[in-house]
Amino acid sequence: MATAVMTTLDPKSRSAARGMSDLTIRNLFIIPTIVFLIVFNIFPLLYSLGYSFTDFRASSAAPATFVGLQNYRELLNDPFIWSNFAITAKYVIVSVVGQVIVGFGVALLLNRDIPLKGLLTTLLLLPMMLSMAVVGLFWKLLYDPSFGIINYTLGLGSFEWLSNPDMALYAVAITDIWMWSPFVMLLSLAGLSAVPKHLYEAAAIDRAGSFYTFFRITLPLVAPILMIAIIFRTMEAFKTFDLAYILTSQPTTEVISIRLYKMAFQEWQTGRSCALAYIVLIMILAITNIYVKYLNKVKER
Amino acid sequence: MRKTMTSMLAGIGLLLACGTSVYAQDKELTIFWAEWDPANYLQELVNLYEAESGVKVTVETTPWPDFQTKAFTEFNAKGSAYDMVVGDSQWIGAASEAGHYVDLTDFFNKHNLKEVMAPATVKYYAEYPSNSGKYWSIPAEGDAVGWSYRKDWFEDPKEMEAFKAKYGYDLGVPKDWKQLRDIAEFFHRPDEKRYGVAIYTDNSYDALVMGVENAIFSFGGELGDYSTYKVDGIINSEQNVKALEAYKELYSFTPPGWAKSFFIEDNQAITENLAAMSMNYFAFFPALINEASNPNAKVTGFFANPPGPNGDQFAALGGQGISVISYSQNQEEAMKFLEWFIKDETQKKWAELGGYTASAKVLESPEFQNATPYNKAFYETMFKVKDFWATPEYAELLIQMNQRVYPYITGNQGTAKEVLDALAADWNATFKKYNRVK
Repeated sequence: MATAVMTTLDPKSRSAARGMSDLTIRNLFIIPTIVFLIVFNIFPLLYSLGYSFTDFRASSAAPATFVGLQNYRELLNDPFIWSNFAITAKYVIVSVVGQVIVGFGVALLLNRDIPLKGLLTTLLLLPMMLSMAVVGLFWKLLYDPSFGIINYTLGLGSFEWLSNPDMALYAVAITDIWMWSPFVMLLSLAGLSAVPKHLYEAAAIDRAGSFYTFFRITLPLVAPILMIAIIFRTMEAFKTFDLAYILTSQPTTEVISIRLYKMAFQEWQTGRSCALAYIVLIMILAITNIYVKYLNKVKER
Repeated sequence: MRKTMTSMLAGIGLLLACGTSVYAQDKELTIFWAEWDPANYLQELVNLYEAESGVKVTVETTPWPDFQTKAFTEFNAKGSAYDMVVGDSQWIGAASEAGHYVDLTDFFNKHNLKEVMAPATVKYYAEYPSNSGKYWSIPAEGDAVGWSYRKDWFEDPKEMEAFKAKYGYDLGVPKDWKQLRDIAEFFHRPDEKRYGVAIYTDNSYDALVMGVENAIFSFGGELGDYSTYKVDGIINSEQNVKALEAYKELYSFTPPGWAKSFFIEDNQAITENLAAMSMNYFAFFPALINEASNPNAKVTGFFANPPGPNGDQFAALGGQGISVISYSQNQEEAMKFLEWFIKDETQKKWAELGGYTASAKVLESPEFQNATPYNKAFYETMFKVKDFWATPEYAELLIQMNQRVYPYITGNQGTAKEVLDALAADWNATFKKYNRVK
């Protein structure tokens, strides 16, 4: 049925009356998108791959010279770059794990008949509708050691969330968890409401404990959709820029995208930053691939 | 179909009409600068030019952290959005070597600007490479780091007595870095929410580095030899190690959460009763004598960066020169504007509006020196300023210095000697990469 809709044109439609074939209509819809993708995604992607093998600097009039793998070699030997990667990995783990725990937990709480459920869910979704820059700016105020409301409420005195090098990354991750847990919650809710009720009834008849029910029924059935949420959040967390850039400038929060930005637009090492961007791209592809493999496995079960 | 054709033709006609109207009104100039008070003063100044010549001049601004990125993005794209830029002093190497700035050497020599403007401003804002006699900009806004302090705290008899008992000399404006340290320690009372000193620590652009430079230069150190690119034994010299240690010690007397502070925070330290002394550019001092922006305006005093242990006294240079952009379509009009800008009357008016003129004649005049509580300190400082590297790869040098120095100052990592040795190695590698040294 679905394919029939896509391939044949209703003979009574206006398009058919104008003498357009279904092929024309299809092209009319698809070609602009393809052109757009090629011009703004594929072409720059390939062009920057070329640059990554040169010493090109956009800020200088000097022509680019081919340097082979030198950029890649030097980047992978740079201890600062590796520390940026380590920081990024730590950030991704803390923030994604936090989001899954909080998001899935809230979804479990909401997955029952409670008054004002719709309103509550909508209100909980608000954080992820805000702009990253705005969230960064007001969390900076919340974290302020002199007048911030967080220290005031928790009675922490003048605890330095953002200036303390050991704490700053966690502070950024907490903000990210606050902002994006609703996203995990939303997907988990969809998954939870799709779990057939009769399974729980059967489990109740068999006197299965709530612990057992959760791990043998709820979690396996929600796992595929939870996995998708985790893939999205991992990719996003890996390329985090705005939050970390606005909240603090600690070297302990210099995630790889901040380093990349500095290399490309402050130092204008265009060739080398293209190489770094490719290294990041390959890493994200590899991680996503592992997840997708795992997702397929989960689905098969 | 006919309807579509008609509306298309009308659209094209409208486009043409707009196009021609832009051409007809070509007497318009745009100056690009960072978003801060001096840019507003400059807008007031250029309004006078419009009244005289009929040429409309607009000062377009962007926040400081984006200024460098936005300006160079436009230059690299060879864009003609701006006709002139009031660019940072360390950009001059990158912008002149890449051909972004128009060579102003003839203009400079014709108007004898080498004599008209204060020597330090010519050396650091206009000339590149150093001592080459080639000039790329007209010194516009002179600036350097100075200090503000709380006169009421310093002049409180009880404090004076306690200070004398503890340190053995009278509490007053610090005469050297040792006294600066003592006073910062003396007023540092976290229990009373009062702290010793506010310094620059932001590592996202050049704030922290300029703060550290104040210590390095006054301790008799240098960043390197700017003509031979030699850094080993200079950046990691014994004076520099002591200077870096001194700066780190000052950090321990700053208010809580002081690890990303620049001019806004340092002025807040005075207006919010946080610190006894605060480092800042002279360009930000007008806000401190204005009672609308500083409730402590009446009790705020100013002093120049004090000398180090051997009596050397220098300060980190700020400030900018105004350059004509090579891709501007109004270069001729821009040159006419510059002729007006360097006139004595214009420079005098510029100083009256709040701009820090670089004109030696205006700086030396008693009217200027007595106009505000800090103008005299500014005049004195402008003759003993030093600046960061101005080579095209300055941004890499800056980031390397931030990467090495910041964890030491704010996070207790390594020793000053280790940090500066590592920095010397980083800089050497960078200069090798660009074939500055063999």
